[in-house]
Amino acid sequence: MSILVYTETENGKFKKASFEVASYAKAIADQTGGSVTAVAFNAANPQELEKYGVNKVLHVENEKLQKFNADAYAQVITEATKQETASIIVVSQSANAKYLAPLLAVNLEAGYASNVVEVPNTEDAFTVKRTAFTNKAFNETAINTSTKIIGLSTNSFGVHESETSAEIISFEGAVTDENFKINVESVDKNTDKVSIADAEVVISGGRGLKGPENWHLIEDLAETLNAATACSKPVSDMGWRPHGEHVGQTGKPVATNLYIAIGISGAIQHLAGISASKTKVVINNDPEAPFFKAADYGIVGDAFEVIPKLTEKLKEFKANNA
Amino acid sequence: MKILVCISHVPDTTSKINFTENDTKFDTNGVQFIINPNDEFGLTRAMWFKEKQGATVDVATVGLKDTEPTIRKTLAIGADNAIRIDTAPIDGYQVAKELAKVAKDGEYDLIIAGRESIDYNGGMVPGMLAKMLGYGFINTCVSLEIDGNTATAVREIDGGKETSKTELPLVIGGQKGLVEESDLKIPNMRGIMMARKKPLNVVEPIGNEVSTEAKKFTKPAPKGEVKLVDAENIDELINLLHNEAKAI
Ligand SMILES: Cc1cc2nc3c(=O)[nH]c(=O)nc-3n(C[C@H](O)[C@H](O)[C@H](O)COP(=O)(O)OP(=O)(O)OC[C@H]3O[C@@H](n4cnc5c(N)ncnc54)[C@H](O)[C@@H]3O)c2cc1C
Ligand SMILES: Nc1ncnc2c1ncn2[C@@H]1O[C@H](COP(=O)(O)O)[C@@H](O)[C@H]1O
Repeated sequence: MSILVYTETENGKFKKASFEVASYAKAIADQTGGSVTAVAFNAANPQELEKYGVNKVLHVENEKLQKFNADAYAQVITEATKQETASIIVVSQSANAKYLAPLLAVNLEAGYASNVVEVPNTEDAFTVKRTAFTNKAFNETAINTSTKIIGLSTNSFGVHESETSAEIISFEGAVTDENFKINVESVDKNTDKVSIADAEVVISGGRGLKGPENWHLIEDLAETLNAATACSKPVSDMGWRPHGEHVGQTGKPVATNLYIAIGISGAIQHLAGISASKTKVVINNDPEAPFFKAADYGIVGDAFEVIPKLTEKLKEFKANNA
Repeated sequence: MKILVCISHVPDTTSKINFTENDTKFDTNGVQFIINPNDEFGLTRAMWFKEKQGATVDVATVGLKDTEPTIRKTLAIGADNAIRIDTAPIDGYQVAKELAKVAKDGEYDLIIAGRESIDYNGGMVPGMLAKMLGYGFINTCVSLEIDGNTATAVREIDGGKETSKTELPLVIGGQKGLVEESDLKIPNMRGIMMARKKPLNVVEPIGNEVSTEAKKFTKPAPKGEVKLVDAENIDELINLLHNEAKAI
């Protein structure tokens, strides 16, 4: 039996989430017997996947598929699934993976479980543990179909090395014009900043920061930690920061290693969206702010005094630990 | 232009999440239900197309009778006509199949759904619906303009935005950005009165097998106490983050 993973690349380089889905698929393979096949588009070094237990890479080098296109990519993965007679497909929960997974599910008439956080239980029925109610609960979901798609939550399983040797096979993937209904005209990507989805550390600011003119404090701190910047909902509603930075239940989900919330009260809708982060730090001048109940570490203090000091001390720390 | 807005009926964002029947069912006791926030942004954008471009706007929900107050609210906001497919939603695939039937019958040019429902966070229905119908699909859509038969849409990607053009018919998975928070409308008295006279059509489900099923719910383990660090002692925080949490 083969387990298929969709391994994403950016400018030819594998994203960290690709190593995570590969590691996860390898864990399923160890449990159920079987091998791991990756589908990779335009990877500079497909061989790299063998470090994470991938036995075979179907490498797609198609001029038409240079740029991500959800329907066309789903079509290629559909064909790969059929060719390999794979019964389990694992994708990450990046924006692109979430875009294509439902299309893939219809192509393959497969049950799809999103936001999965653990290796499936295959003893009786095939069940997966997934988050629900925006991290306020977990839910065991049975997938009843013979082909199953798992959307693995970012950072829930981790990257685990497992050296093997992978066979690299060039894969055509017959796409048709039908797959290109959506014509991408332009991509506007902030290339010198890490995205919230990919960041190891996220620094988030709330209304306590008083106004957009103070955001250099957040940005300096973020730069020190190579972190992404984020914000609470009112901050983006008021136009202090772009919508893309709004995190929480109705914004972007954050599942990072370290989340630092500054001047954010910790409303339930905010906490729900960030609670999958491993370590949470709050800086707030109100000791009664609800965020203190949800955080691992906290400083009761004025953001305008604490942030510059923290930035400076972290710079020293980085210099000493480089 | 005929628009269909898919409405998911979800617990209010402040709801206490509890379970009953041996942790197999969501406990709706005392829970307030609302229009899924992502759908409310989509519905408000649809209202714009109605006002500025003469579109007609239908809404559809897959759900039992308890969803009707939510549906009435969409009519009060300004939708012209509502359809309720009379079955309990169990999974994304099933819901998408039911909606696909209604969408096909209604020959809509544009179908607006939300990026995800805030209850089960599936993020499935709009994409599945598009594929079942053979329409184009744009997810995490934060801006949508229609000119004749051509749609220009912006979608959020990790770390940026992507602009694309496509022809109708189209399905989108929408979210905040489609309209601003301040554009959301609270239904007024007139809207509420008019909503009572608008049609709410209940249709029979086609019924189909479910591909996934929620079996059991659990809640995350309670969180330990926060460790407070003195604002004068930032070194201590750095020490804890480095040595204890191993986060830096
Ligand atoms: C349907 C719905 C969906 C929502 N979805 C989201 C969501 O996805 N994400 C989200 O964030 N919110 C969401 N909200 C809004 C949420 O309820 C809160 O209103 C919001 O999170 C509050 O933002 P805030 O913490 O920045 O502001 P406030 O609540 O105003 O808090 C500001 C905090 O800053 C502190 N502060 C002030 N001055 C200083 C200082 N000098 N130094 C340090 N601290 C200071 C204050 O003590 C306070 O705790 C949603 C609400 C609704 C109704
Ligand atoms: N029961 C339902 N009835 C109508 N539309 C729904 C239903 N469930 C989900 N949707 C639509 O699909 C979107 C995504 O939902 P989901 O895939 O459940 O996360 C929602 O924002 C709605 O627009």
